[in-house]
Amino acid sequence: MKFAVVVFPGSNCDRDMYHVVKDVLQEDAALVWHETGNLENYDAILLPGGFSYGDYLRSGAVAAASDMMSQVKKQAEQGKPVLGVCNGFQVLLEAGLLPGAMLPNKHLAFMCHQEPLEVTNNQTLFTTGYEQGEVVHFPIAHGEGNYYCDDETMAALQANNQIVFTYKQNPNGSAGDIAGIVNEQGNVLGMMPHPERASEAILGSDDGIRLFQSLIKNWRDAYAINV
Amino acid sequence: MKKVTIHIALKQGVLDPQGQTIQTSLHSLGFTEVEEVRTGKTVELFLEDSADIEARVHEMCDKLLANPVIEDYSLEVEEALRT
Repeated sequence: MKFAVVVFPGSNCDRDMYHVVKDVLQEDAALVWHETGNLENYDAILLPGGFSYGDYLRSGAVAAASDMMSQVKKQAEQGKPVLGVCNGFQVLLEAGLLPGAMLPNKHLAFMCHQEPLEVTNNQTLFTTGYEQGEVVHFPIAHGEGNYYCDDETMAALQANNQIVFTYKQNPNGSAGDIAGIVNEQGNVLGMMPHPERASEAILGSDDGIRLFQSLIKNWRDAYAINV
Repeated sequence: MKKVTIHIALKQGVLDPQGQTIQTSLHSLGFTEVEEVRTGKTVELFLEDSADIEARVHEMCDKLLANPVIEDYSLEVEEALRT
C-alpha cells in the first residue's frame, strides 16, 4: 500500500508518520511537498501534525486554503482513506472535510503527555483492529485541541456513529469528549492524539500501530474484492 | 485606495479561554467590575476601490479570514490615508 505524507511548511510530525509506515509497517511511503506533489498515485493520504504556516490566522487555516488541500478533497471524495493527526485534523476541519472547529485548550496551556482514549467506534476503516470500548493510550501534543461544534452537528455526529475516539479524562475541554471523528462516508479520520507516536513499545505505547494496521488490512480486503 | 478593517471575534456562546484569563487577571488587579472579556483580532486590508469591494471582502472573510463555525466578523470601509 502506498502512503502519501503531505508536508506543509511547518509540518513537524511528517517524519514520524513516514517512519511508522515505512520502517515499522514496511509499506511504501513518500513525503509529498505541498507545492509540487500529486496525490493521484497514492492509496492513502496522511496529514501530519505540526504547525502548518506557523498556525498563522488560525491553526490549519492557511494550509486548508492551499492547492494541495483541493487535491486532498478530490481524492477524499473518490473514497481514498485520509488520516489527519493533530494539525492534520485542524487542517481537515478548516478545509471542511470534517465538521466543527478547534478552539484553544480550555486552560490555555499547551499539553504534551499520554492520554487514555476510548475507542467508541471500531467499525471504521481505521479502527477494526480495536475492541469496541477498548481503552488505548496515545500521546497528545497541542495548544488548540478543544473541539467545538454546534448542537445540531453533535447530534449528527452521534446519529451517524462518526465519533471514533473520546478522551477518558477530557484534557482540553472538547465537546462530547471528542478526540477523533470520521466523515459521513467513513474514509476521512481526524484526531488530535498521535497514533504514530504510539506505534512502538519503546515509546511507551504501541496502541497506535493497530490504527495503521486496520487501515492497511481493510484497504487490502476492499482491493482484493474489487479485483 | 480603500482601507477595510475587519473585526473577527468568537461567536457569543463559544468559550473564549483567552478572554476568561484576561478577566481573571483584571480581577486580580482590582478591576472587579469587569463582568466579561471577549477577545478577537483585527485584520486591515488596503486595496483598490471597486464597486463590489464589500462583496469581495465578505468573500475573503467567508473563505479564509474568519471561520464561520466559531467566529463572527464585522467590517468597516473607509478612505485609506496611506502613502
